[in-house]
Amino acid sequence: MIDKIFLNMTRTSALLILFIVAWIFVVLFNESTEAMQAFGLDFITKDEWAPNLDKFGAYAAIFGSVASTFLAMLLAIPIAIGVAIFLSEIAHDKIKGFFGVSVELLAAIPSVIYGMWGLFFFVPILRDIFGGMGIGLLAAGIVLAIMILPFMAAVTRDAMNTTPDILKESAYALGGTQWDVIKDVIIPYAKAGIIGSLILALGRAIGETMAVTFVMGNVHHTPNSIMDPTTSIPVTLANEFTEADSSLYFSSLFGLALTLLIMSFVVIAIAKFYFLRKVRKA
Amino acid sequence: MTAVQKRILINKLALGFSTFSAVIALGFLFWILGVLMMKGIDALNWNIFIYEGSPPGYEDSGLKHALIGQLILVGLATLIGVPLGIMAGTYLSEYGKNSKLAHTIRDISDIMMSAPSIVIGAFVYAIIVMPMGHFSAWAGAIALAIIMIPIILRTTDDMLQLVPGTLREAAFALGAPKYKVIIDVVYRGAKAGILTGVLLGVARVAGETAPLLFTSFNDNFFTTDLNAAMPSLTVTMFNYAISPYDDWQQLGWAAAFILSMFILGLNIVGRLILLAGKRK
Repeated sequence: MIDKIFLNMTRTSALLILFIVAWIFVVLFNESTEAMQAFGLDFITKDEWAPNLDKFGAYAAIFGSVASTFLAMLLAIPIAIGVAIFLSEIAHDKIKGFFGVSVELLAAIPSVIYGMWGLFFFVPILRDIFGGMGIGLLAAGIVLAIMILPFMAAVTRDAMNTTPDILKESAYALGGTQWDVIKDVIIPYAKAGIIGSLILALGRAIGETMAVTFVMGNVHHTPNSIMDPTTSIPVTLANEFTEADSSLYFSSLFGLALTLLIMSFVVIAIAKFYFLRKVRKA
Repeated sequence: MTAVQKRILINKLALGFSTFSAVIALGFLFWILGVLMMKGIDALNWNIFIYEGSPPGYEDSGLKHALIGQLILVGLATLIGVPLGIMAGTYLSEYGKNSKLAHTIRDISDIMMSAPSIVIGAFVYAIIVMPMGHFSAWAGAIALAIIMIPIILRTTDDMLQLVPGTLREAAFALGAPKYKVIIDVVYRGAKAGILTGVLLGVARVAGETAPLLFTSFNDNFFTTDLNAAMPSLTVTMFNYAISPYDDWQQLGWAAAFILSMFILGLNIVGRLILLAGKRK
């Protein structure tokens, strides 16, 4: 009797997560139908975002999300892999422990603090070097890259550490240099985990709000250069959600939220269901 | 240059690059941490814990409202999210095991863990704030709980699976019903792991700003009314940091410092518990 109640309670909680995810999609879809009907495909292909004229085109925000994430990945991936190699293969045990733990703790720092640092300390430097406002796509990409670095490096290092010592030792016994062992033994062995961690970090970067809200500028304009202020989907939501005054405006913002959710779901799902499984089989 | 010399050179270059990138990465991260410490400790004083928010320029302004609000929001979210997460994880590990449903739930929660938190905020806005007609602490806590559940679910699932099957079989052999086995044997065996999962889940949620922006919103005054907008450290920090006033920005850094210490503390305690559990 109690057994059944317990089973049902746990099963209901487990099913709840599926229900919530489905509910999120349904609610966002419903709320955004007004905008979808009003603009159709123009919603994602036009970049005119004029609340006063009731015209909403999300192209600039979508472009900003993709571009800032791409920039962040471009900067963060080589450095994260370098840090992971340093932590798993080069550093001495004492340094390893200390740096390893500090990297993990840094991954826990709230992203809003990275944004504050970016606005007060990093943007002025960019302004001095490149001129202009300093706020823009480049600033967002760099702050985003720094924010995801600890997470990316920590998981990549964990993946590299799964390589059995015997494999490494046999490669050394054949006369391999340290780099030979890293490139021909460790990286092939840990490929699945490394790619998984990189893509997970990508998924996080796309949806990151607070680290970039400070430094992106919130201007609905497709940038001509990486120094131009622009916007991204989360930045637009964070800045405008509480200011929306017409139902079409609201509906467009929900449309943005739905677009963002689909983008990050697709990225993470591709990683999990297609890429990682394929790598694992090989 | 012989082939061996070439390989040694490439080796040196590659390892040099790795070390260099580690120096760059840690340099940036310690720069941020240093700024946080300097600015935060600089701005810290007792007034912060005594006074509420006030207009810029006033002497006696503090963060009492945001500190208490943060505790209420995170506490409520923990009360909602932890039981649900642990129970769902229990189902996956003890009943669902390798069934299709269990794997689907695991996959979906993995995806949810990385889902944009601002979208969760928009969702909660639509289902709670709009029908109620105003921002509320409940809405903020529910948004945080939705973010917390997948984290706790996955760690509970993993930790329960580490409990050896022979322990369960021994309890079953004594005639214990399944729920008793789970509660008295499996939970007890995985206690440290579950607790660590909970602490890390709380730490993760405590640093969230985006889902609170339009659910619990913000308030410059002390309140315990769960049906009204509730201030939080994160949103206060955001509003103060983008304000043009020096003293508000100072308070923003103080809030950042206090929150970071809280989150780092939770992380460290969580790790220590896991280490102590492993040693036994």
